[in-house]
Amino acid sequence: MSGVISVKNLHKSYAGQNVINGIDIAINKGECYGLLGPNGAGKTTTLRLMLGLIGPDSGELSLLGHAVPGHAREARLRVGVVPQIDNLDPDFSVAENLLVYGRYFGMADSEIEARMPALLEFANLAHRRDAKIPTLSGGMKRRLTLARALVNDPDIIFLDEPTTGLDPQARHLIWQRLRELTAQGKTLLLTTHFMDEAERLCHRLAILDHGRMIAQDTPRALIAQHIGAQVVEVFGEGAAEWAQQHAGHYAQRHEVSGETAFCYVDDAQPLLAHLHENGELRYLHRPANLEDVFLKLTGREMRE
Amino acid sequence: MSMNHFSLPRLSVRFVPIWRRHFLVWKKVAATSVIGHIADPMIYLLGLGYGLGSFLPEMGGTSYMMFLAAGTVCYSTMNSASFEALYSGFSRMHEQRTWDAILNTPVTLDDVVLAEILWAASKSLMAGVAVLLVVWLMGMSHTLLSLWSIPLALLVGLCFASIGLIMTALAPSYDFFMYYFTLVITPMMLLCGVFFPVTQLPPLLQEVSAILPLSHAVDIARPLLNGQLPAHVMTHVAVLLLYTVFGFYVSLVLFRRRLSR
Repeated sequence: MSGVISVKNLHKSYAGQNVINGIDIAINKGECYGLLGPNGAGKTTTLRLMLGLIGPDSGELSLLGHAVPGHAREARLRVGVVPQIDNLDPDFSVAENLLVYGRYFGMADSEIEARMPALLEFANLAHRRDAKIPTLSGGMKRRLTLARALVNDPDIIFLDEPTTGLDPQARHLIWQRLRELTAQGKTLLLTTHFMDEAERLCHRLAILDHGRMIAQDTPRALIAQHIGAQVVEVFGEGAAEWAQQHAGHYAQRHEVSGETAFCYVDDAQPLLAHLHENGELRYLHRPANLEDVFLKLTGREMRE
Repeated sequence: MSMNHFSLPRLSVRFVPIWRRHFLVWKKVAATSVIGHIADPMIYLLGLGYGLGSFLPEMGGTSYMMFLAAGTVCYSTMNSASFEALYSGFSRMHEQRTWDAILNTPVTLDDVVLAEILWAASKSLMAGVAVLLVVWLMGMSHTLLSLWSIPLALLVGLCFASIGLIMTALAPSYDFFMYYFTLVITPMMLLCGVFFPVTQLPPLLQEVSAILPLSHAVDIARPLLNGQLPAHVMTHVAVLLLYTVFGFYVSLVLFRRRLSR
């Protein structure tokens, strides 16, 4: 395995505030790597630093073997970007958006036209080739943005919250496409707020908070290490009281948030039996997931 | 390590596809755009030229209509570049985030800003050609020297696009541009000899006028339309170029700062 993105001891501050506070990341070819974190954790800033759009205060960045930001232009030739906020050209048709974007990479029109059918097919937009952007649905726009990021046949694709604001059908289609890209050997770096998305797609992921990396591993390893196997959520009136008296006895670790008690257990049977007997409390038994990890590590308070 | 906002512009041919993008957008509205380019100077020339001109048999040694025609070439090209650099430029940078999309490719901000200036100047070129067409069609000028006002329109476009982009780089919203048009463009139009000779102004205002770029453009355009070689043409061209270089560099530094936040 060879590294295609390498970040060493990265620091960046804005107006005296440390936004990135010593981050190290090494991403291998063909990997789908996720950056998770609450709003303001530094995810988008990290992407912008990797692309060489802004310069770091200190630290080393290398993208496809090119030092960034010094040689960012060469590196970006082989990179595709799906930005967080849609920036398709509203005056152009679907096909024109791809054509104009390909030219920025120095591609000849004939070269772009040759790739066009496959790109439109990939985006499920072959039938909307001449449609104007304002007439497309949110999901179509996202798919076109993804196709646009592939116009130069990049080795690495950066995706900043690729499915935010999409309905479930649209999200599933995007996921399917991203899996196809990883299957083709492309390297993906994505940020997301959806833990199920990260769990499904990412080989490895990092959780950022306050500009630091607070955890990094495969989704499965993170869950095993921080949470355990199973979670029983006990909720409703009296849940907090119940947790105070009994949760410690049945769960390795528990946590009360509002009217819900989260009990983290390796074996849920004794707790479930107890709850069944009790009868008063409602509960939900489920496998531990990435969201449990995320909330444990970054806390439950709102970040605004 | 941090990127230096003050470093000199690094230019590359990657501005070409950006210019082509702007051109492709323009092509979709070309018909209305061309009508605008022709109608605007015609309204001025006909309205002011015939209306005011009937009271003024002569100004600066020519008919008032001719006097106004030279001024119109300059102010029309100034307006074209200014509107493009401010309103359309701001839309591409801020509203539509076109720049963000472009900057994710091997193109740099230096290329993007250069393309903005060259595109706005291209719009000026079209405006200049349109005015010249009107002048010819109305039979006001027949001298081949007037053809030189075409490259002049390009130069005026470069100059006002560059200066205008400084405003775009500083603007929090579109409203901000009202100040520029009210406090810079309109006074420029009135002080630089578009409608009447600068010599009619009080001495202090004449000195102000002498440092404004539009005066230098008018001083080149007026003799050209009258079939004469302009005096001090090199000085006038140099002033317009200086404004261009100054505007390009300052706006680039400001854009680098703005977009690195």
